This record gives sequence, C-alpha cells and structure tokens, in this order.
Amino acid sequence: MINQINRLLLLLFLLLFYSTVSKAALEIDVSEGNLRPMPIAITEVIDKQNEQLGLGLDITKVIASDLAGSGLFYPINPKAFLDEVNSLDRNPDFNSWRVVNAEALFSAELIFDNERYRINYKLWDTFSEKSLEANYLVFSENKWRNVAHIIADTIYTRLTGEKGYFDTQIAFIAESGPKTKRIKRLAIMDQDGQNPILLTSGRDLVLTPRFSPNGKELVYLSYRNGQPQVYIYDIQSKQTYVVGTFPGMTFAPRFSPDGRKIIMSLQEGVGSNLFEMDLGNFDRKRLTNTSDINTAPSYSPDSSNIVFESDKSGTQQLYVMDANGDNVRRISFGTGSYSTPVWSPRGDYIAFTKISKGRFMIGVMFADGSGERIITDGFHNEGPTWAPNGRVLMFFRESPGEDGGAMIYSVDITGYNERKIETPGYASDPSWSALMN
Amino acid sequence: MVYKKALNLSVTFLLIFILTGCSSTRKNVEQILFGGGNNNEAEIVSNAIPGSSQDFTVNVGDRVFFATNSTSLDDDAKAILERQASWLELYPEISIIVEGHADERGTREYNIALSAKRADIAVAYLESLGIVGDRIETVPYGKERPVAACSSEACWSQNRRAVSVVVID
Repeated sequence: MINQINRLLLLLFLLLFYSTVSKAALEIDVSEGNLRPMPIAITEVIDKQNEQLGLGLDITKVIASDLAGSGLFYPINPKAFLDEVNSLDRNPDFNSWRVVNAEALFSAELIFDNERYRINYKLWDTFSEKSLEANYLVFSENKWRNVAHIIADTIYTRLTGEKGYFDTQIAFIAESGPKTKRIKRLAIMDQDGQNPILLTSGRDLVLTPRFSPNGKELVYLSYRNGQPQVYIYDIQSKQTYVVGTFPGMTFAPRFSPDGRKIIMSLQEGVGSNLFEMDLGNFDRKRLTNTSDINTAPSYSPDSSNIVFESDKSGTQQLYVMDANGDNVRRISFGTGSYSTPVWSPRGDYIAFTKISKGRFMIGVMFADGSGERIITDGFHNEGPTWAPNGRVLMFFRESPGEDGGAMIYSVDITGYNERKIETPGYASDPSWSALMN
Repeated sequence: MVYKKALNLSVTFLLIFILTGCSSTRKNVEQILFGGGNNNEAEIVSNAIPGSSQDFTVNVGDRVFFATNSTSLDDDAKAILERQASWLELYPEISIIVEGHADERGTREYNIALSAKRADIAVAYLESLGIVGDRIETVPYGKERPVAACSSEACWSQNRRAVSVVVID
C-alpha cells in the first residue's frame, strides 16, 4: 500500500517533469483515473464518556475532510464498513477492512480527564497488518480542530512521505461592498476556510497580508495614514506598527525565511526599488537602483536568492538576484508578462501570475526559469501562495463585471484537484502560513 | 488630515448651496460631496464658486487618462494639466493631491507602482509648468478605486487615470 502511494507520487513527479516537455499543463490528462486516491477507512473517534457531545464525530469529520481535500485520499463511506472499532486495545479484523478496499485504517479514542481531553490514535496498513502510527495528543476542548488537523497531517505524512499542510492558516483580505467602493479588511482563517476572523475594521484600505514564518505576525500594506505604507500586525496583541520611516510609499512586503527581515519596494519618483530592512536594528539595505518598477520580491527558502518582477525589459518579467542585490538574471522568457513570483518552501519551483492575450494564469517554473507550466488559466487568476510542503497552491480568482469579485482557490501543483475555499464573502490576496504546531 | 479638510470644504459648499437656495436634488449633493458621476454638470457650473473644488472639477478638468500599461501623457492629458496649472497659479493658497489609478487588468502590486508612476508623471508635468512641488502630494491607489465597474475597455479606459483633488488650507 505504501508502495502504491509512492508509485502515485512518482507518477505525479514524472508528470511534472515530462509536462515541461509538452506545451502546457492543461493538455496533460491528469484525470482521477490516473491519479486514483487511496481508499482509507477513518472510523469514528470513540468517546465512551461523552459520546452525546459529538466531539469524536466532529474530529473524525475534519480528519476525513482534510484527507479528501488533498485529492490523494478517498475516505470510504462509513456505511460500507463491515466492522466497527470499539477499542484500540485489540488489533482490528484486517480482512473485513480489506474487503471494503480500505488500504489504511485509522481509529482513535477520546478520554476526558481533569478538564482536558486525551486522544489515542492508531494508523494501520490493512495489507501488511502493521501499525504505521500509534500516538496520543492532550488538548483542551477549544483546540479540537487543531488536533484534528495535526492528526490528518500525521496520516498524510505516514502515507505519502511528505509533510502535511492541514494545521495551517490563511491570511487574506475579506472584501465587501460595491466594486467602486470596496471595503477591504485584514482577515485570517484556517486552511479549510473555518474560523474566519476579521482583524481590521475596514476603515483603512489594506492589501497583501503575508504571514511571518512563525505565524504570529502579518506584514501588509495599509493606507491608514493616507499614504500607503508597510505595517506589521501582531495577531495575539492586535497591535500594528509601521515598518521603518521611508521617504515615500513602501509596498509589496515579505518576511525573510528567518523572520528577522522584511523585503519590500520603495517608490522613488517614477521607479520603485527593492529594499531589505532588518527588524532588529532597523538597518535598511538597497537591493536595486534603477528607474524601473522593481517589485514583488520573495526570498528563496535558504535566503541566498531573491526573485522579483521588473519592467526593465518593457514588460513585467521575473528576475532572480543574489540576496545582496548582485548578479541579476532574467528567468521568464515566454510570451506575455509575468508577475507576483513566490519561491516554493521546497526551493524547487517559483509560482507566478502570467498575463497573456488578456488572460491571467497561475503557473510554476523551476528557479532557473526552465520547466514553465500553467496550472490555471482564465479571465483573472492572481497571487499564488504556497502550502508549507510546496505541493499545493492557493490563489485568487476574480470574476468579471460590475458584481464581480475575488474568491480563493486551492490547487495541486499538478493542476489537479482545484477547490474553492468557502469564505464569508469575496476574498483575495491569500497567504499560507507555515505549520502552526 | 487632508481628507478631513476636503470634507469640511465640501460641507461648507453644501451649506452655501442650501443657503443660496439652490434646489439640488439629493443625487446632486452626493455627487458634489463624493465626486461621483459627471452628469448634471451644467447645472453645477453655474453655481461653482471660482476657486472651489467644483470650479476645478467642472471648469478645468480634474483628471487625465492613460493607455493600457502606459504612463505617458497624450495631448489631451497635457492640455488638461496645463489648465490645472493655470488655475493653480490663480489660487496660490490651494494645494492638490494627485491620485494615481490603474485598471483591473494588472496584478495588484505592479498596479500600485504603475499608478504611482502615473501620478508622478502628472506632477512632473505640473511642476514643469511652474507649480511648486510642495503644493502637491500623491497617493497611488493601484486598481483599488475604480470609477467604472464593468469589465471592458469602456470602463478600463476611465479607470486608468490621474485625478487631481483640490485641498484648501
């Protein structure tokens, strides 16, 4: 079974590599038939003490929803189960799980003690009849969703060999009101769209939030003083502060991978140049010095390089430079223009927005510019952000017209498994956090 | 702060309108207060007080337009900026904020930079006509504040603009 999912991943990677030879990702037949999700039995979390509270069932549903949402797993309908799991103490009847085609079996139990819950859980390979994971977590009731996501991440990791991405948050801009007077508010939600929280009142226009690597702060653009400036929002204390005093508009901010620096654009007359600012001593370092629009910088995960967009060639194109600003080289050469580059946390790919023939696409290319693939294509797709494992992207898609607006979508980097994230209203500028726990 | 001034100014004019017995409809008042729409201008012209923001918007022209992805001023844009400069010479106590804007057919951060460049180029032209820079502020809005909401060139061409907003100290 493990081999099977490894084969699946291998196939996926092969598709990725070979698709670089063919013309575009959309032409690859990455159908569900090819990529068969692994059937997994997720039995209801046993709660002998407090079953009527429904917590066990809630946790079960979130785990199943996370795994199904990845597109790599197919949680089997519990109605098809031939056996039930009443206790973790004895081994399951593997044959009855094989009969319903379950390749993996998950079961768990809740124990309530001293105002806290303990969840014991086990993951089995039904063919080898071996335990893949047996562990527990202790938590207070209000953390049950995090616990479900953490367990789903563990299952994902055990069965794919990849890090998970379920115990994560998305920072975004919540939008309301008519298109000509749109109200934009800073917001965060869980990766699955649950627990949306609005962080600002909507009085000031705010844009482009990005998580700090530890998930505790957001760096974003706000018009609170009239001029657009880069601010940091501390999620726990709800405090905001401006990032340095610059003699002009600052925008397009991002944290460095160690969280100690901010890289951003400063408008200087007709041009915009890239600066790095140290959050410890507020030292600033100039990285570009041209009269072009140089913006949307993003560090490589090892901090050695920076990708950004510049219109120095006449159209927006992607460039990579050393982290000190030296050795600038263009990496995008296809038809159209390229912008919003974001380096994958794995270091391999750079995701971008491509504009060509009046259409807005999301794509990825290797850091040297080779292997460009378009993942989605339409009227307006913009602003990709990476899941911490570098396998999934979110972006926003804007619908046209007077009532048009943006919604956030997630998609596998193969272009497969596109899903809309349910948000209370229009939502844009997603930024995916690192794993929270 | 500047916005507060602008609002106070608008309220002043609103009072003048009411006191002078102008029979503005609610719609007209909204247009005056919020600068929305450009209908019924003829009616406002006759009431615009010389040196007021209405006078500037209606009799001079408060905005210039740009081609897609362009930041260069065409002859129409230059003519309007020349009229703005002449008007600003008449009223040296008045300062302006030049707002830069872009249409929705670009990515967010690039559009902010593009709109900043548009505003800057409009300001540079005003300065070349003798208006001193410290009377002018700029605010780039990117694609965030369209005046026309449809998704076709008819609207996009109205949204690619630099708008001069009058501030009276």
